[in-house]
Amino acid sequence: MKLKNWKEVNPGSVITEPGSSEKFKTGSWRSSKPIWIEENCIQCLFCWIYCPDNAIKVKDGKRGEFDYEYCKGCGICALECPGKKGNKAIIMVEEGK
Amino acid sequence: MAKIVAVTGNEAVANALRQVNPDVCAAYPITPQTDMMQRFSGFVSDGKVKTEIILVESEHSSMSACVGASAAGGRVITATSSQGLALMNEILYIASGTRLPIVMPVVNRALSAPLNIHGDHSDAMGARDSGWIQLWSENAQEAYDNTIQAFRIAEHMDIRLPVMICLDGFIISHSIERIEYLEDEQVQNFVGEFKQLYPLLDLAHPVSYGPLILPDYYMEFRKAQAEVNTKVPEVVLDVAADFEKISGRKYGLFETYRLEDAEIGIVILNSAAGTTKDVIDEFRNKGIKAGLLKPRLYRPFPYVETGEALKHLKALCVLDRADSFGSSFSPVYMDIASSLYPYNDKPILINKIYGLGGRDYLPEHAEIVLNELIDIAETGNVKSYKEYIGVRE
Repeated sequence: MKLKNWKEVNPGSVITEPGSSEKFKTGSWRSSKPIWIEENCIQCLFCWIYCPDNAIKVKDGKRGEFDYEYCKGCGICALECPGKKGNKAIIMVEEGK
Repeated sequence: MAKIVAVTGNEAVANALRQVNPDVCAAYPITPQTDMMQRFSGFVSDGKVKTEIILVESEHSSMSACVGASAAGGRVITATSSQGLALMNEILYIASGTRLPIVMPVVNRALSAPLNIHGDHSDAMGARDSGWIQLWSENAQEAYDNTIQAFRIAEHMDIRLPVMICLDGFIISHSIERIEYLEDEQVQNFVGEFKQLYPLLDLAHPVSYGPLILPDYYMEFRKAQAEVNTKVPEVVLDVAADFEKISGRKYGLFETYRLEDAEIGIVILNSAAGTTKDVIDEFRNKGIKAGLLKPRLYRPFPYVETGEALKHLKALCVLDRADSFGSSFSPVYMDIASSLYPYNDKPILINKIYGLGGRDYLPEHAEIVLNELIDIAETGNVKSYKEYIGVRE
């Protein structure tokens, strides 16, 4: 995305395009990464509810893979995940490992 | 037809606000402004205006409410003094940075501590770099006229910045003067309809205010805001020209008084300029070429025009009703010194601080300063570049 110069920005930094935060990718902020372990997933969708961004994609009522372009690695999904029989369906691993 | 009345400065400004009939007013009482907003809320209670009054618990809240109401799409006013302006400080920057054309009379009063309710300019000087436009007023008529013009300046589509109208606490706010009021209809026609650029309440065009702007964009927004300031003087002059057509009263970026052929001069803001003009007349009667410059548009400061108007003088004193603790000189002095810096031939410049906390500025103070300037112009010798006057030594 080409950055605007000072003559092109909106007065008062008002954003006039609704939903434009979708263009703001925050995945590079992440220092640790959530991993989805499908066999432990009970499809409770807690992760989707608790995710403060847009990193968990749901289709036809089912959770799919992470969208890492929006995941800042906060780990809330992994914390809230009830898993199956004590085995977490989301675990956090350090980036670059 | 103009209506001639005898009213206080607060009453005159409150009447200007009634004539404009803004959409929203969020204000908190503070001496010496209280009486202005009390009168205005009286107009609301009596159904003279359609303004919605928001009762708030502090000036931080009043300015915050003004920001919200202005972003929503309303024509918004408040008023304050002293500690109230200091408490608003954080939100002042948000109002200007968000380019919200809020109009706010500031009845100038000293800052605590020590606690003092009387007139000086420390409050507005503390907000001089907040990005607000500042219009300063010598008397109640100027405060009334500046208030009406402030809406046109703030709301100009090329500007969209908030405006403070400064008037001296008690000396102007509470003294009765002869005022010429415009007709309500004239004022209504002059200010026109207000249209917010991106109203939050326009649900067909949803917008977001107050986003986080990171290092990749912050400087672009600041540069854009700095550029808007360069357009303000021209708009102020255009609005003044239109105002003259309905009022017969002429306004500029500053007022000069017997300055064109002067050899010595004084720069002074607000009510003390009136006293100084009288003393200048006395000196002129004695054959001494004295003159005065009274800034009106102080922010953004029209430094090129001001420097041009002062550069021919031999000696010049900037009298300030505020100090800037720890800096080289007082606030107005620093602006005047900067405006004269580019010129090789320029006056010897001295600085006096007077009238703090409502201490009277008397004709003899102006006489002492002018006599000192005569001496400096003749000899080139300066005994003190900066000193307090009217203080017990």
